Amino acid sequence: MAQRNAPEVNAGSMADIAFLLLIFFLVTTTIEVDSGIASKLPPPIDTPIDSRQNKRNIFQVIVNSENRILANEKDIKLKDLTKAAMSFLDNGGATDARNVCSYCKGDKDPTSSENPKKAIISLVNDRQASYKTYISVTNELVKAYSTLRDREAQRLYNETYTSMNNRLHNWPKTESDHPEYQKLEQQIKTVRELFPRNLSEAEPRKTE
Amino acid sequence: MSKFNKKKNAEVPAVNTASLPDIVFMLLFFFMVATVMRDDELQIENQLPKANQVEKLAEKKKVVTIYIGKPSPNFAKQYGVTEVIQLGDKISPISDVQTYVNTKRNAMDEDDKDEMMVSLKVDQNSQVGILTDVKQELRDAMALKISYTSIEGDPLRNLKN
Repeated sequence: MAQRNAPEVNAGSMADIAFLLLIFFLVTTTIEVDSGIASKLPPPIDTPIDSRQNKRNIFQVIVNSENRILANEKDIKLKDLTKAAMSFLDNGGATDARNVCSYCKGDKDPTSSENPKKAIISLVNDRQASYKTYISVTNELVKAYSTLRDREAQRLYNETYTSMNNRLHNWPKTESDHPEYQKLEQQIKTVRELFPRNLSEAEPRKTE
Repeated sequence: MSKFNKKKNAEVPAVNTASLPDIVFMLLFFFMVATVMRDDELQIENQLPKANQVEKLAEKKKVVTIYIGKPSPNFAKQYGVTEVIQLGDKISPISDVQTYVNTKRNAMDEDDKDEMMVSLKVDQNSQVGILTDVKQELRDAMALKISYTSIEGDPLRNLKN
């Protein structure tokens, strides 16, 4: 009885095959960027609304064609912008009882904003300004809002706004009617309303 | 004594390569999983800026991407050297933005239409002017949710290079 053993498959070339595939995937891979600064555009309007705000409630940031930044008519460095925006938002300089801001920790400067709910940051950029400056400025201004929101969320719910937001995003889709989820949603909304992101970009001026 | 001298003439043993396929396979699987095939072939330069206040984009099926940047060297002859807009896989004039967004939106599921997000992939060295024009077009197309797609990193480093 001759018993035949099946011949062993030669696996020596396995490495070569795998290498070939590996190189193919290495070459074709482009790691896609899937993060960004979220923003909302205002809906189109036919006639510009006359929105005269008290001048003290507007923090104007201008980026010129040489990529220099002017904040409230002062030349400013990018790294100081967040701080300036924060002290503007957090000022709480209102004196009348209706507008007074109980949670602000700012200097209550009478020339700066009355209440974070009224404070508007207006960003004007020259068409020649570079996109990287623009995005850095936007980033710094958004950071001012999120830092303040973090602080308030920490005070009210003992958790930062960022981590609350992360928790909301990672919530399983099927359990969105969980009471815990709705509570979290409500809390985020509350914090958001304490420091609403009133970041306005000027209508491009028609220059003909 | 002879016990120790026995191997004196032995050569250096060959490195065992039996585990090489395993290692290569491991790498292969990593790249296979991490690979996202690019939908659009870029005809422009597209170096994204860095930012640290970023949020994750919506799901892929809800995202419409618009690229802005200078044409890459092979296309410079055809399209010039100033910033252009790339919609899908071809460079288009600014007046096509609305049509493009609306076409994309109509192709989406009913539920996703409201949550459509426009991802603006703008080259970090381009000028803001063209972006402003695109944003005006997007407003007219009622595509109001946008995202300035950027790499996570320190924004101060944008200005150094």
